[in-house]
Amino acid sequence: MTGLLIGFAVLSLVIALFGRPLGRNVFLACAVGPAAGLVWVASQLHTVWDHQIITQTVTWVPELGLNFDFRLDGFSALMAVLITGIGVLVFLYSRSYFDAGQSWNRFAATLLVFSGSMLGLVLSDNVFTLFVFWELTSVTSYLLIATNDTSVEARESALQAFLITGGGGLAMLAGLVILAMQAGTVSLSGILSAAPTGTLADVALLLVLVGCFTKSAQVPFHSWLPRAMAGPTPVSAYLHSATMVKAGIYLMARFAPAFADAPLWRPVVLVVGGATMLLGGWRALRQYDLKSILAYGTISQLGFLTVCLGAGFEEALAAGVTLLVAHAMFKAALFLLAGVVDHETHDRDIRHLSGLARDLPSVALATAIAASSMAGVPLMFGFIAKESAYDAFVNAPFGWGGAVLVTIVAGSILTFAYSARLLWGAFVTKTPAELDGPQASAHGTPSAWLVAPPSMLAILTVVFGVVPAAFDNLIGSAVNALDSEAHGVHLALWHGVTTALILSLFTLAAGILVFLTRHSVATFQRRLSTPELDTDNVYQASVRGLRRFAPQVAATVQSGSLPAYLTVIIATVVGVSAIAFGSGLTEFPETVWAENILQFVLAMTAVIFALAAARSERRFAAALCLGGVGYSVAALFLVQGAPDLALTQLAIETLSLVVFVLFLRHLPKRVRTVTWRPGDIARIGLAVLSGTFVSLITLIAVAARNRPSVAEEFLAKAYPEAGGHNVVNVILVDFRGYDTQLEITVLSVAALGVFALVRAARRDPTGQAKFDEVTTSPGSSGPDTITAGSSDSGGSDSRAIGVGTASQGGDPVASA
Amino acid sequence: MISLTLVILVGALFGIGVSLILRRSLTRIVIGLGLIGHAVNLLLLSTGGRAGDPPIVHDDGHVEHLADPVPQALALTAIVIGFGVSAFLLALAYRRWTITHDDEVENDLEDRRIALMAREGRLADEHEIRRTPDNNDGEGLVR
Repeated sequence: MTGLLIGFAVLSLVIALFGRPLGRNVFLACAVGPAAGLVWVASQLHTVWDHQIITQTVTWVPELGLNFDFRLDGFSALMAVLITGIGVLVFLYSRSYFDAGQSWNRFAATLLVFSGSMLGLVLSDNVFTLFVFWELTSVTSYLLIATNDTSVEARESALQAFLITGGGGLAMLAGLVILAMQAGTVSLSGILSAAPTGTLADVALLLVLVGCFTKSAQVPFHSWLPRAMAGPTPVSAYLHSATMVKAGIYLMARFAPAFADAPLWRPVVLVVGGATMLLGGWRALRQYDLKSILAYGTISQLGFLTVCLGAGFEEALAAGVTLLVAHAMFKAALFLLAGVVDHETHDRDIRHLSGLARDLPSVALATAIAASSMAGVPLMFGFIAKESAYDAFVNAPFGWGGAVLVTIVAGSILTFAYSARLLWGAFVTKTPAELDGPQASAHGTPSAWLVAPPSMLAILTVVFGVVPAAFDNLIGSAVNALDSEAHGVHLALWHGVTTALILSLFTLAAGILVFLTRHSVATFQRRLSTPELDTDNVYQASVRGLRRFAPQVAATVQSGSLPAYLTVIIATVVGVSAIAFGSGLTEFPETVWAENILQFVLAMTAVIFALAAARSERRFAAALCLGGVGYSVAALFLVQGAPDLALTQLAIETLSLVVFVLFLRHLPKRVRTVTWRPGDIARIGLAVLSGTFVSLITLIAVAARNRPSVAEEFLAKAYPEAGGHNVVNVILVDFRGYDTQLEITVLSVAALGVFALVRAARRDPTGQAKFDEVTTSPGSSGPDTITAGSSDSGGSDSRAIGVGTASQGGDPVASA
Repeated sequence: MISLTLVILVGALFGIGVSLILRRSLTRIVIGLGLIGHAVNLLLLSTGGRAGDPPIVHDDGHVEHLADPVPQALALTAIVIGFGVSAFLLALAYRRWTITHDDEVENDLEDRRIALMAREGRLADEHEIRRTPDNNDGEGLVR
């Protein structure tokens, strides 16, 4: 399994990088991936049908439970057959569908990654791996829908699909994490067999369901699916049949047997699924675009699947799995056939199409078969699926099976009606009253490669429908994998005269009636139409709101003021750490006011100098006062018994003073006097707070010592091992020599920075006017320039600077 | 055992430093960072406990009343790095001064531009949403 997925990844990478010269034949190369997958799954089918489960684990971060755990059981195998089988057909179809003149390698590679992600999703047994593949299908579907990237519509549709499914994916992740914590395992099968209960588990289930509902386009998250047909038709065919929308259905089917009896599961799933089935069918009847009819039809069928697979009892699961297979076959076929019509006539509006049955007889026949399967006409596989669903809910093991039954019968009547509308709309010769706008006609005969893939699916639909018992193993092992107590499935065309059969006949009759009275139905629909209630508007409004809200947040939070940023940072550090440290100060250290009088005097001097440095408006005086603080601290080091520190401090302080003076002589003598502002109160307040906080940290740090210092070891080893008497020196150059090495590196980097900045200051036009004699030869070595510049530049001469400012150009602030 | 004088000194230097780095003049900011550096060095040193004799071992192996050498080594490193930071900041200030002839830190212009656009609502409407596919006009179909 791992090898197969790696194969997908490698193949798509190779195709993305080197597939350009192949033109549209690149799709043939891509078909190798799903074909290999199909062969592999087929070779495993007999093992799986013996109720054996094939597992494989590749460890990644075992400490975090992050492994690639793969697991092939009956249901995964069935999904894998659909994904790879329809994948092969879609790739073969794409070769003839797309224009020959362009390169399709990037698109084809993305489609291959999408196909591989979907395969990985149904094979994953680790919830985190599952999530990764789940989101990978979201990302790749975003790219696929936006294939026509010059179209605003395609880009917006792709974004909508991504935001809705990606957002749902995050909710699902949260739910899966909670369930994994409750079950004590990250394995999907482990969670399902542990089946945690309780309020927290209920919340987690709801979150997982949100993920499934968004992915499988359930009300109220369905708005992305009709828009997703902005992608190329082969993508729609694949997305709507075997992949993407089936991901949510897949996960619901996995969860349903274990969690169907949780208090919220059945009400939520059945209500949402039922509403989706009705809404999708209702809307499909109002569409004129072939792909739109199919898209809303998909929503309707996904609702049906949610009802069947989500109900979670054996018969409904069997019906759901059968419907899943039937839907994958007829929906892929119908999209591909709609693509043929579009390819030949360059139109998909049923008000422009008329009499195509004459021009495209094979396409019309295949469409008739697939649409009949969707409508639930006997001898088609869709009929078997629908009838077993009716049968399941006639004998539902819970109270309101009747209400569900009424809903799915109503939904199926609508399904018949829109299937008929599709077939009639595309192929039947219409009266002038039913046509509108320019009439489209077929420009030639479609290539056999375009018609063959959907025709194959149509043939399979009939085979499945006529001899369903041949597929008992395929469906039965899938149902058994979901619910180990299932008794096995026996599909049959004829069950005798049952309630389900009567309901099927009623559905057909009512469906025909709805289709025949389509004009009155349309009038009725127009009267009921409430576009303002469309959830698509909710999505659009929230996106608009976000686009308005986000800049305002940015404008408020990102004020551009350094003092404001620092205030927030310091206040956060002080506030958050104070809470954490507050609990740490359990024992107060022993204190004295001062260890000796000199300590006190020097500390007072340092504080006085610091205050003076802060108050002074003259820069030189402030710098000197800072030096005063430094020298006081140096003396304090000496008193504390740290002569090395004192020496270093003394040297550094002197050096700092020199650097300061070099800089300050360019500046005006005084800092710009600022009158007292209200913000100053906050500034002083924060200063007092942070000072107090640091004092507290000092106390805590001293009190926190609970074991002997490592110094004892250093003191003992300094002379015998490092041959030095001065332990501080020994630590720096020997015991912690690498630290010192890094410190030197830091200083070198700082020195390089200083060097570059000072040189840049010389080089700009302003500097050239000012330091003409120094920089006349551009190639002159750097260090010379620095020393020369530092000594030659005279005073705080600034006239030339002002002139050069505008030509700087790089800094918008300067010119503003 | 710790000297309250040191504790208060650390707090005072740090507080004054903070009040300075919240100003707009780069000179004051550099001075404020210098004061904070001093405060932190003293903090490091004070964690070593009481004042003592310089940590120099004698041949007789006598180690009583010696100050803790480890915080000293840490503080020494900090002093040197602190100097590197100050020097770099001053170089930055110098560079800035050659451009703007000022050592004031101004508000970022791009940020102000965003704020202005947000106030006028210009950022929000760049991508107006087009028709919904449900309104049956059959136009704008995308292949």
